[in-house]
Amino acid sequence: MIAEFGQISLILALILAALLATVPLWGAYRNNQAMMNLAPSLVVGHFVFLLAAFVSLATLFVRHDFTVVNVAINSNLLLPWYYRLVATWGSHEGSLLMWMLILGSWMLAVALLSRRVLPNYFMARVLAVMGMISVGFLLFTILTSNPFDRILPGPADGQDLNPLLQDWAMIIHPPMLYMGYVGMSVAFAFAIAGLLSGRMQRDWVRWSRPWTLGAWAFLSAGIMLGSWWAYYELGWGGWWFWDPVENASFIPWLIATALIHAQAVTEKRGAFPAWTILLSIAAFSTVLLGTFIVRSGVLTSVHAFAVDPERGVFILSYMVLVTGAALALYAVRAPRVMTGQGFGYVSRESTLLVNNVFMTVAAGMVILGTLYPLLIDLMGWGQISVGPPYFSVMFILMMIPIVALMPLGPFTRWGQDDIKRVVSPLTVSFIAAIVAGTAIAALLGALNVRAISGWIGGLWLILGALTFLWHQKKAARRLRLTGGQTGMILAHAGVGVFVIGVAMVESMTYERTVRFAPGDTREVAGYNWHLEEIASVKGKNWIAEEGRFVVYRGDREITRLNPQQRLYHRGQQVMTQVALRPGFTRDLYIAMGEPLSDGTGAWSIRIQIHPFVRWIWFGAFMVTLGALTAASDKRYWKPYRATDESPAGSEGAQPA
Amino acid sequence: MIRMVVPLLIFLGLIWLLVVSLPTAEQRRQVASPLIGREVPNFTLPCLLDSDVTYSTAELRGQPFILNVWGSWCPSCVTEHPYITRLGEEANVPMIGLNWRDERDDALAWIERFGDAWTMHMVDVEGMAAIELGVYGAPETFLVDHRGVIRHKHIGPVDANSYDDLMNRIRQMREDAGS
Amino acid sequence: MTPTRKKRLTIVGAVILSVGAATAVALTALQDNLTFFVSPSDVYAQTMPDDRHLRLGGLVAEGSVSRDPQSMEVSFSVTDGAHTIPVTFIGLLPTLFREGQGVIAHGRLDNGVFHAREVLARHDETYMPNEVARALDAAGTPHQVSMPGTETKSSYNY
Repeated sequence: MIAEFGQISLILALILAALLATVPLWGAYRNNQAMMNLAPSLVVGHFVFLLAAFVSLATLFVRHDFTVVNVAINSNLLLPWYYRLVATWGSHEGSLLMWMLILGSWMLAVALLSRRVLPNYFMARVLAVMGMISVGFLLFTILTSNPFDRILPGPADGQDLNPLLQDWAMIIHPPMLYMGYVGMSVAFAFAIAGLLSGRMQRDWVRWSRPWTLGAWAFLSAGIMLGSWWAYYELGWGGWWFWDPVENASFIPWLIATALIHAQAVTEKRGAFPAWTILLSIAAFSTVLLGTFIVRSGVLTSVHAFAVDPERGVFILSYMVLVTGAALALYAVRAPRVMTGQGFGYVSRESTLLVNNVFMTVAAGMVILGTLYPLLIDLMGWGQISVGPPYFSVMFILMMIPIVALMPLGPFTRWGQDDIKRVVSPLTVSFIAAIVAGTAIAALLGALNVRAISGWIGGLWLILGALTFLWHQKKAARRLRLTGGQTGMILAHAGVGVFVIGVAMVESMTYERTVRFAPGDTREVAGYNWHLEEIASVKGKNWIAEEGRFVVYRGDREITRLNPQQRLYHRGQQVMTQVALRPGFTRDLYIAMGEPLSDGTGAWSIRIQIHPFVRWIWFGAFMVTLGALTAASDKRYWKPYRATDESPAGSEGAQPA
Repeated sequence: MIRMVVPLLIFLGLIWLLVVSLPTAEQRRQVASPLIGREVPNFTLPCLLDSDVTYSTAELRGQPFILNVWGSWCPSCVTEHPYITRLGEEANVPMIGLNWRDERDDALAWIERFGDAWTMHMVDVEGMAAIELGVYGAPETFLVDHRGVIRHKHIGPVDANSYDDLMNRIRQMREDAGS
Repeated sequence: MTPTRKKRLTIVGAVILSVGAATAVALTALQDNLTFFVSPSDVYAQTMPDDRHLRLGGLVAEGSVSRDPQSMEVSFSVTDGAHTIPVTFIGLLPTLFREGQGVIAHGRLDNGVFHAREVLARHDETYMPNEVARALDAAGTPHQVSMPGTETKSSYNY
């Protein structure tokens, strides 16, 4: 019965979404207050039914209802309850359901939090546009990927959730990522509502900014968690692989980064408004593109079984409708967009323009590299893949000017500024970054171009952010930063930390494969590694061969590491479970290879040292925190008054 | 304002690329086994119903046969079972059920519950025969002709469409064997 | 031409110029980093430049696998029936690496010997992670076909 209840909830949510997509929009067009006011109630209902559907699926998983195909395929009797819960969003169908629940939550959040910020007609339009997006996804789920499909009679026991997904990071990674993805639809909806509102004002950008920042924060956090998970769970010790699925999340991130900076210009100065709208549309469209790449199978042919051309066709049609309609509306309405004040070559506008150009071009490069194999295949030039070096080279190239100019941005005035005035407060930081960067790299024995430039660039960003903080304090006597400024300082310094981490990991990672028999002690990378024994251990749904290692520096014991080679019962799948010792300046990372067939009980063991790898995620964490701080800036949450530079009159005299 | 239409045009170009690429995704899915057109690997495996009996693929030389990979842990195998049963009745060739990576008791209980569709049972607990066959997952259905050459491989559950396709191919194989 | 207009044109020009330059660099970088998928016969048939990144696919030849106990370097041969290519590799072999089984090696050719940076076995869970697991985590597990184990989901295109 629960499955049927979930099914019905989905259909009811679809009906409410369809109403939401039409009625308030019509109300805004005809200036009918009652119809516009219907929007928030519909949003609440829509959310409640989505929640009901989601809880239904989770209950089915927890209760082992194997008559539901999705449950039978993704869980079994041995799976602990928390992983059964994870399994709810571990499958294509379940993850779609979660996607929609999050969309419903964003809508609810907009309806509640922006209640007093947005004028009625605008709120109605925003929610209606999000309603349309929801209709598409609900239809997609119900028609092609129903999570509640039954199989009668059901099997006695189910299969397994992929062991790789049986991990706590998997509990929060997908929800975070989806929060980011779906959050882009808010910026999209605001832009469309802005376009629909006829005369474009600056208002909508200010209203949209906290939501865009919030979505961007979640997207950053989601990508960071994914990278962290890949690092310790996949057993290769890599943190980023440039594969299509990763790129699918990175492209919207780059566009959204450009967007949050473009929004600043448009909000403050009214400059490049059309570009900001275009980026808002692009951010959500690249999310859809990513969804298409991941779920249609055009690229990850490896993931052959989830490939369902029908799904691909559906997502593509959906993209054509959503993005096509948005761009068509843009083509018609954008010429009417008001233009802002002009600006000089040296100005805040220019620095943000540089940011935008490089971020967008970087996104374009990633798209090019990701889709290029399709083009080649189409032309019949063979089967190729684009190697990670392409992405690395291009990306570093794009990031150099951004890193070089980033600290200058906050010091530059709007409109027109003088280069000397901008540069002078940063001279000390600049020199300090070069001297200290080179010195630290030398101290660490990392005398190569990548490490040195990484340290210089990273310190330049961190010191630049600190200089800005110091400067504000000096100017105001008492330090009083807005949320936006605090967030910016945090995020920019975070990028610095990230840059240092990446440079060290990419240039100084040490890896060796060695033979270990029980009792052996070997010196690898300045540490003494002693293998005490290889033991058999048993978990709830797996058994494993476990290497018991003790690591010494000289004679001092540093840590014990127990990497495993696991065999999961159900499917008899083998998994390598690495053991690692995290550290501020380095991670010790060890993985079991294979037993060697020389009769001594020896194994091949891989040892890796990842210097400063934690800095990558800590930097990303600072960026996330910065974005959230910026989103909380009071300026964005001022209640709406009809007199605020809004269309003459108020919601009443709305040209549609 | 032509420049306002530029983004739309770029977008349509991208969509075009994706649309024409979708069928190739389908092809990549179809290009399945390098074993097609080659001889079926020879392996000897115990029978599911009586573990003292063993069968080998070599015994079947001289007549076409069907090999169906299944497991009691596999929900899709339940879905395709009615078609497999029909195939066993209508194809008129030996039909091997290769029970893959399963527990014997589970497998027997499954047959008890859903019915025995196969004329011959093999058990592949280790999954080594399946590796030799290039099995991706269950269910999979192989068609082998009278010379022992793998003619076709169907990945995924057999449904109404693929059933007709399989029947046509089996008819063809029977004709080839007869001539 | 007004000064504002002139300024705007300069900026637009600069943007177009830098985007154009970036595209040119990107296309060059792309050409250098294409990894072709080849079989041993392809390697024989064409004269491949030595510095090309390749993905070599085929079967591990029977009796060809050996490991140097000191350097831990593994050598084996990849064959497609018609031709055989010797491969060397330092590192952990995938769990389901077996003689007679399918394998993909990423690396470069040097004087007829293929130096692999990475070896992926067919039917192997360590191949999965990179492309499949992430697809899984984002896209969900297979719908139509049931696996007894993730390791069965490798796949590459012959």
